Amino acid sequence: MAGAEPKVTLDLARGLGLTAEEYDRIIQRLGREPSYTELGLFSALWSEHCAYKHSRVFLKRLPTSAPHLLQGPGENAGIVDIGDGWAVVFKIESHNHPSFIEPFQGAATGVGGILRDIFTMGARPIAILDSLRFGDPADPKTRRLIDGVVSGISWYGNCFGCPTVGGEIAFAPEYAGNPLVNVMCVGLVCADRIFRAKAEGVGNPVFYVGNKTGRDGIHGATMASATFDEGSEAKRPTVQVGDPFTEKLLLEACLEVMQAGAVVGIQDMGAAGLACCTSEMPARSGTGMDVEISRVPQRETRMTPYEILLSESQERMLLVAERGREDEVRRVFAKWELDAVEIGRVTKDGALTVRQHGEVVAAVPVDALADGPRYEKPTTPPAWLAEVQAFDPLSLPEPSDYGEALVKLCAAPTVASKEWAFRQYDQQVGTNTLVLPGSDAAVLRIKGTRRAIAVSTDGNGRHVFIDPRRGAAMAVCEAARNVACSGARPLGITDCMNFGSPERPEILWQFAEAIEGIAEACRALEVPVVGGNVSFYNETLGQAVLPTPVIGVVGVVADAGRLATQSFKAAGQRIALLGPEAVSLGGSEYLWALHGRLAGRLAPLDLEMERRVQAAVRAAVGAGLVTAAHDCAEGGVAVALAESAVTGTAPVGCEASVPAAARADLALFGEGPSRVVMTAEPARVREFEALMAESAIPWRWIGITGGERVVIRAAAAVLDVSVDRLAHAWRSGFERHMA
Amino acid sequence: MRFGVVVFPGTWSDCDFHYVISEVLHEPVKYVWHRDRNLADVDCVVLPGGFSYGDYLRAGAVAGKSPVVDALGEFVARGGFVLGSCNGFQILCEGGLLPGVLMRNECLQYRCQSTHLVVDNVDTPFTRGLRPGQVLTMPISHGEGKYFTDPETLRTLKARRQIVFRYATADGQVVRAANPNGSLENIAGVASEDGHVLGLMPHPERASETVMGGTDGLLLFQSLLGTLVEDGTFLKR
Repeated sequence: MAGAEPKVTLDLARGLGLTAEEYDRIIQRLGREPSYTELGLFSALWSEHCAYKHSRVFLKRLPTSAPHLLQGPGENAGIVDIGDGWAVVFKIESHNHPSFIEPFQGAATGVGGILRDIFTMGARPIAILDSLRFGDPADPKTRRLIDGVVSGISWYGNCFGCPTVGGEIAFAPEYAGNPLVNVMCVGLVCADRIFRAKAEGVGNPVFYVGNKTGRDGIHGATMASATFDEGSEAKRPTVQVGDPFTEKLLLEACLEVMQAGAVVGIQDMGAAGLACCTSEMPARSGTGMDVEISRVPQRETRMTPYEILLSESQERMLLVAERGREDEVRRVFAKWELDAVEIGRVTKDGALTVRQHGEVVAAVPVDALADGPRYEKPTTPPAWLAEVQAFDPLSLPEPSDYGEALVKLCAAPTVASKEWAFRQYDQQVGTNTLVLPGSDAAVLRIKGTRRAIAVSTDGNGRHVFIDPRRGAAMAVCEAARNVACSGARPLGITDCMNFGSPERPEILWQFAEAIEGIAEACRALEVPVVGGNVSFYNETLGQAVLPTPVIGVVGVVADAGRLATQSFKAAGQRIALLGPEAVSLGGSEYLWALHGRLAGRLAPLDLEMERRVQAAVRAAVGAGLVTAAHDCAEGGVAVALAESAVTGTAPVGCEASVPAAARADLALFGEGPSRVVMTAEPARVREFEALMAESAIPWRWIGITGGERVVIRAAAAVLDVSVDRLAHAWRSGFERHMA
Repeated sequence: MRFGVVVFPGTWSDCDFHYVISEVLHEPVKYVWHRDRNLADVDCVVLPGGFSYGDYLRAGAVAGKSPVVDALGEFVARGGFVLGSCNGFQILCEGGLLPGVLMRNECLQYRCQSTHLVVDNVDTPFTRGLRPGQVLTMPISHGEGKYFTDPETLRTLKARRQIVFRYATADGQVVRAANPNGSLENIAGVASEDGHVLGLMPHPERASETVMGGTDGLLLFQSLLGTLVEDGTFLKR
């Protein structure tokens, strides 16, 4: 067999994505030339995707502690305590590169991978959220991508039996060559029944469980660590193929064997497959692992150790069991008709030893593999940024008809209804979903308690493009505000950082600034980062995506009977606008949808104000004083009012006037942080006012619900349009492209 | 009444049915493994939704040949009740307990949405507490829910009043616009001739609590349990 292997040279190493320095470092760590199999191990584990070599130095700046945090970054997923003995496990991950190459399977296996990250910790997945970014949906090629990605998510999530309850879909030309597919999964676990990716107990058996190994996905981690060019379609074989049915069996079998108490540690075989598990698990525990590769269940013939180790075949786990309980493990997996094969033992020598029919084909210190190179590469603010920021949106003409402008904004694909996608997802399996997709956050009850959790994802690439630090901080604030609008207190966030190539100093600067912004916002809101994912190299032919941190958030509601949603419920209710008046058209949806411009500056962000506004919103919802609560996001207060008007079971109009210090378009469509629209029954107005007075935030009554039109006055302008027109624009804005 | 909720590899509405039966209706319930043929201690078998065996062949095709489904014939013959929802309906058709087949949705996409059902037959054990023409609201969640059968079977179904539910508008109009999947004559649910076996694509277990958006799904159970009379009020058992 060894004779058939390529000779290990620097050129070969380069072909596998390693640099000359990294290759030297490998030789140094081993004290010799690596074997072909060993080189494969290093190339996968030292890839950007696995080793975070360009990002780790920055990620250290994120706040990762809180009293209720049970597990921070470094495991398969993060965990927060929600009380009553329950904990919530969650994480977000990208599957951008595979989804561009093969949208259906790329997105499907993205869902599969994050589900495993959750149930490998002992939790039952209860919710999926997808944050998707595409180019213009009017482009047939983009439509094909959207259709493939949505069908892939639908197929995998529905068959597995986890509801898809939220997420967002946004569009910008910068994503045309590099769509973003970020999937967040949320699971529920008993706070004292958490499992981790440990390989403890020398002599304990190592089990391979789940699907058989094939040649799919070999070097997927390496592919995700490079930019795309014309030849990228030829990389289709590196995309894995999903099997949600097997994943469902794997879930039930894993939870059952965990329940029995036979499991010491367990890890999902995700990126870099078996290579990753057999090195990371012992590296975490200060042990080693000795495995016989020929015992790995295979579905193709004549696979080499290299291929078996690096395969990214789906629906597989590596499980370290308690010695003496091997039969229990086999029995449970046999019940679910899955393979469970003992492939090795935990050792004390700190090495990963891989054998083929007894002969050693790789022997590497696990630390060397797990401890990849770290770079502190130069960062430079992009030269074009000053010019972008110098643009004054008010140099553009005012719209001649404000009603028409609002119709256009409601029909903008980013703002418009995403029902076309969500109706393809099972949203209710598990019967926990109290608030379905379509509000600021989805809400799931925790059966057997009075509690509920609110979950949401958010991220605005245009904001981050014109101001990475403030834009990223605003994404954290908006995600947290979304759950606050449901009545929840945010407990933790997970971040998915989607950027171009970190080898370009301007891109790395955007990344570093964004991390700083997230850190500042998390500190101010006292919300820890529980883990996340960095996806670099989102570039095709030198065109990078908009820098897009996507923030996933989980919040807890103490009383599931006290929730708020975004839609107006009835006529005659008072409308309040909470938060500061300062807004900007810089980087706004209005500027893009009506003028095709992406420039300007963001509105100021006062994190202390943000915290107070969220507390006030939460208090008002928790006291049962509000009938609707909706965050002002893309399209400003006008779009927020329009969305509240059209998203209920029956449309409800409104009449309002908003403060305008300058032009009406700025007041109506300007975007700024810390702003929330709420409604209250007339009978509760006094109580609402008393609560707001205590909260020390700027707020005012701006109008009243009712009627068949949305009428908003700002300065001398009157926006006046029928609810039906807005509803039609909002319902068809995205769907018309997909029909 | 003792309920048994069947679990196939790939079933996912099992826990939801179990929850409604035990926590909402407070009736005794247990899980039945798909290899189990012994249904002696159960009065009503529930075949829940999901993707049994991944539905990789045809929805319900493999589960339709499983030991538990094989045992259902005898179970029904001695007076047992069977309720199949979603994948459970597909399994009952594949297993030959109900006529017809369920094909890929006409739109070629999965559909998860709320639907309205008009009740055509109130003489089955599952619908005896309902009014003829009553409209129920329940969600669907499936990719293969388009009911189809040959004209002769359809005639028989009608003659024997085996069509129990049809997709309708909120006010009970059976029109094409209310049909979410292209089902023949808007058929959403079908029963066996004696009414002891009922299959429907919608999910009654997802419409059994006010917080989940409605309780019309409970009416099927309450009819079966005899806790409901025609005007919708509850009887003491």
